Amino acid sequence: MPWGFTFLLSVFYLLLLFGIAIIAERRANKKGSNISASAYSLSLAVYCTAWTFYGSIGRAANSGIEFLAIYIGPTLVAPLWWVIMRKIIRICRVQNITNIADFIAARYGKNATLGALVAIFMVLGIVPYISIQIKAITDSYYTLLQNNQKADTAYLLRGSVEGISLYFACLLAVFSLWFGTRTPQTTRHNVGMVMTIAFESIIKLVAFLVVGGYITYSVFDGFGDIFGQAQHYTAAKDMLLMSSSHAYFNWFILVLLSGMAVMFLPRQFQVAVVENTDEKHLDKAIWLFPLYLLLINIFVLPIALGGKLLLGSNINADNYMLSITLYKGNYWVAYLAYLGGFSAATGMIIVETIALSLMLSNNVLMPILVKSNRIPDHYLGGVALNMRRISILALFAISYLYYYVVANHYSLVSIGLISFAAAAQLAPIVIGGIFWKRGTQIGAFGGLLSGFGVWAYTLVLPTLVNAKLLPQTWLSDGIGGLSIFKPTALWGVSGIDSLEQAIFWSLFFNVFVYIGVSLVTRQKSIEHNQAELFVDIFKYSDIYESAVVWKGTATLRDIKDMLVNFLGQQKTEELLTKYAERYQIDWNENEQADSRSVAFAETQLASIVGSTSARIVVSSLIEEEHISVDEVVAMLQESQQLLISNQELKAQTEELFDVTEELQRINVKLKEKDIQKDEFLYTVTHELRTPLTSIRALSEILYDYDDIERDERRHFIATIIKEAERMTRLITQVLDLEKLESGAEKLQMSEVEIVDIIDDAIDVVQQLANEKKVALSVNIAPFLPLFMGDKDKLIQVLVNLLSNAVKFCPADNGLVNLTALVKEKMLEIVVIDNGTGIPKEYKERIFDKFYQAQMLNKSKPNGSGLGLAISKKIVDLHGGKIWVEDNAPQGAIFTLQIPIARLIVP
Amino acid sequence: MAKICYYAKYSVTFAANFNLLSTQFFTMKQKVLIVDDEPDILMTLDFLMRKAGYEVFIGRDGAEAIELVKEHSPNLVILDIMMPNVDGYEVCQFIKQTADYRHSKVIFLSAKGKEVDIARGYAVGADFYMPKPFSSRDLVKKVKEMLA
Repeated sequence: MPWGFTFLLSVFYLLLLFGIAIIAERRANKKGSNISASAYSLSLAVYCTAWTFYGSIGRAANSGIEFLAIYIGPTLVAPLWWVIMRKIIRICRVQNITNIADFIAARYGKNATLGALVAIFMVLGIVPYISIQIKAITDSYYTLLQNNQKADTAYLLRGSVEGISLYFACLLAVFSLWFGTRTPQTTRHNVGMVMTIAFESIIKLVAFLVVGGYITYSVFDGFGDIFGQAQHYTAAKDMLLMSSSHAYFNWFILVLLSGMAVMFLPRQFQVAVVENTDEKHLDKAIWLFPLYLLLINIFVLPIALGGKLLLGSNINADNYMLSITLYKGNYWVAYLAYLGGFSAATGMIIVETIALSLMLSNNVLMPILVKSNRIPDHYLGGVALNMRRISILALFAISYLYYYVVANHYSLVSIGLISFAAAAQLAPIVIGGIFWKRGTQIGAFGGLLSGFGVWAYTLVLPTLVNAKLLPQTWLSDGIGGLSIFKPTALWGVSGIDSLEQAIFWSLFFNVFVYIGVSLVTRQKSIEHNQAELFVDIFKYSDIYESAVVWKGTATLRDIKDMLVNFLGQQKTEELLTKYAERYQIDWNENEQADSRSVAFAETQLASIVGSTSARIVVSSLIEEEHISVDEVVAMLQESQQLLISNQELKAQTEELFDVTEELQRINVKLKEKDIQKDEFLYTVTHELRTPLTSIRALSEILYDYDDIERDERRHFIATIIKEAERMTRLITQVLDLEKLESGAEKLQMSEVEIVDIIDDAIDVVQQLANEKKVALSVNIAPFLPLFMGDKDKLIQVLVNLLSNAVKFCPADNGLVNLTALVKEKMLEIVVIDNGTGIPKEYKERIFDKFYQAQMLNKSKPNGSGLGLAISKKIVDLHGGKIWVEDNAPQGAIFTLQIPIARLIVP
Repeated sequence: MAKICYYAKYSVTFAANFNLLSTQFFTMKQKVLIVDDEPDILMTLDFLMRKAGYEVFIGRDGAEAIELVKEHSPNLVILDIMMPNVDGYEVCQFIKQTADYRHSKVIFLSAKGKEVDIARGYAVGADFYMPKPFSSRDLVKKVKEMLA
């Protein structure tokens, strides 16, 4: 294949990315930002760069499964995103923060110097990472070429590797310039970039899976074949085991490192935080991103083992993917592999340069310009753009230089880890910043400087020595011969891999100094304010806009002029008109601006120049008064308090309302009870009146009249006796019921033989049945068990049911049947008669006291009207139930059930 | 057996009325209608009114009472209130709203002793309201007074 084809393929691919970005942006402009949770999750996979695509295989081939640690770290921290990332996202949204340097500067008192320091460190730290992308592209391109040329031209080409890499560096720089600096505003979501990155994530995953599948299943005969062959090959076998005792330490460090890098690398911060349009997208990302990492690593080991088996150790293992496919002569798969690697590298470069250039321009260059008090009178948006362009070019220049001088000599992964370690240095002050209010500005400076100091000394310095830029003795003997400060074995600790050791020490000093210094220093008011806001962001985010902590004097006119400088006339008018309409103000007046208007202006500015610079601009233009910590806290708390007391008041009202309702309900219930009691009393006295009437009248007659016939006199006396008995019965039953209901009377529990109680009840009723010529029949199932119950009370119930049945039966041909059986641990007794039956509407209430009396309001009750109420109470106390069957063909069917498995303790 | 005979007398109105009809022809006694659904009360009232020298008619419920009023136009009616079908209030209303019977005195004799019950009794036109349990002496005195 001609070399030009591959180059053209690369250019064509970049043009495709342009296309996707433009289409996505056009659609977004029409329909509004529409980044889906899936696209968001896929864009996070910008984490997988050429390092993953090529480097993992190289790492696997050399150090075995250690490569996995880099993916296990992010997988382990992914669930924590819901806590950490959601908080960071919310803070950035509220404070209009556009990069991680801004974030740190804002947290520690909106300190421009701190932001600049972070930005510079990040640029220095990430440069090696960009350089390895250039290296990866160059190497892969070179590998493709090498296999296509004859041996002699290959020699010629070798001399021009640097040439190739320069072409690519320029190509990518131009692409990044164009792609990253089209619009000055940075807080608006960069839909084009996100969609492009999501697309690239798909390309690289598909490429990896296809190439991996090809090597595993076509070149070899599946996983089993590769691992089987590898067993006979000692070097390969070692790869699958933890090689040494400190391998666990290495694993721990790498997992920790990658877990932090995946959150704080500038490009990850860019896609995960700045480009996030909805916090809920994290839900999906939390599982989709780890899944992506799993998929893209499936074929790493087979390819690494396959490469070793097929090609031996002479070939750079980073390029196994290309080498194997080329070795097998399958160019199409090789080109796909190249494209996958190219997309992995470009994706990283696009996002990383955008993120870093923003940092450089907003946090380093812009503050310098603004502070120098030489704010140009014309549109500053253009200046901001140019600064970012310069930053991008500078980045590529440094990266290429680093590649040319240093990275050439190292594998992808070892260089990449240096960048990871740099990003990890931000972890303590960021995580501390959002969870620990005590962290101070000085502490942050201290932690950052010591962390990066150790990082530079132990990680960067050795690479510079190896590139022969510094004396070799520094590495072998330590600087000035002090072996205790040997960069690769600090404090003389040896036996642990120098890389992991360096990472450990840098983080150790970073955390130690940050916490230690923070504890002994005090926060300034603005620091305290920001600390409060960051740590309790979920408490403040709603009220933040309405409670801007600002005191000072400026006119609306001043603010408008300032904004015009930065945003341009047209854009400013557009923004201010909307705001003026909403809040009814005129920006052209020489009126005092309120704090909200100033805050609005600052927010708009921040989206162009970053929050730090915006702060400087606003405070330089506006006469600001000093605010004390107390005032700041008071202001914030006032709004907070208002919100809380409002909520409390609402809650209290609701509570009161509930209580009132409850009281009303109880009152109604009490009234009902009262009425019931009254009715009961009235009914009882009424029931007593009837027999009393006869007794009184007849006694008087007997006393007053002497000439009464003997028969008549006897009849009168018999009536008096009968009515007196009726009264006695009624009084007894009322008292019985009252005792049962009040709980004064307890059940007398004993073992009860079912047959016994039925026999006793029948005995009592038999007389009545005989008188009325009612046939009484009994069916008792055999072998009924004993059970615990109150014998007398149960007999009372049965007598009541049976006598009722007899009472309502027609005389002469009445039939009453009692059946007893055990069903599902329940004793069931059914009493059936062929009497008048019970109307459906009374079935529910027939067990109420005196219901009989009430339902037959116009006639005299037949019986006391308490029998069923007492029966029901007794059955209830036994834990059973009693009811009237619905579907009696004629007469009435009463059923009672009493649990016999349960021992009822009254 | 005596007991059953007595019951039959107050339970089966027809027989009782037939018995009394036979004597009506010879005497010009004042007529008293007693209405109640309790046989014991009927028995007591019958005894008292007979002894007081009145001609007694017996009704066991409201419907029967109205028939007897139409038939005999009694001078006085002793009325229970709670009875099946037609209650005492309705019977009283019938008597007091019909020109032919308006002259009949009505005494309510009821276990319903609440203020409202008594008020309602007078509202439908009763001449007297006596709550149960009543004094036989008071009742006889009152009846004699009203028929004097």
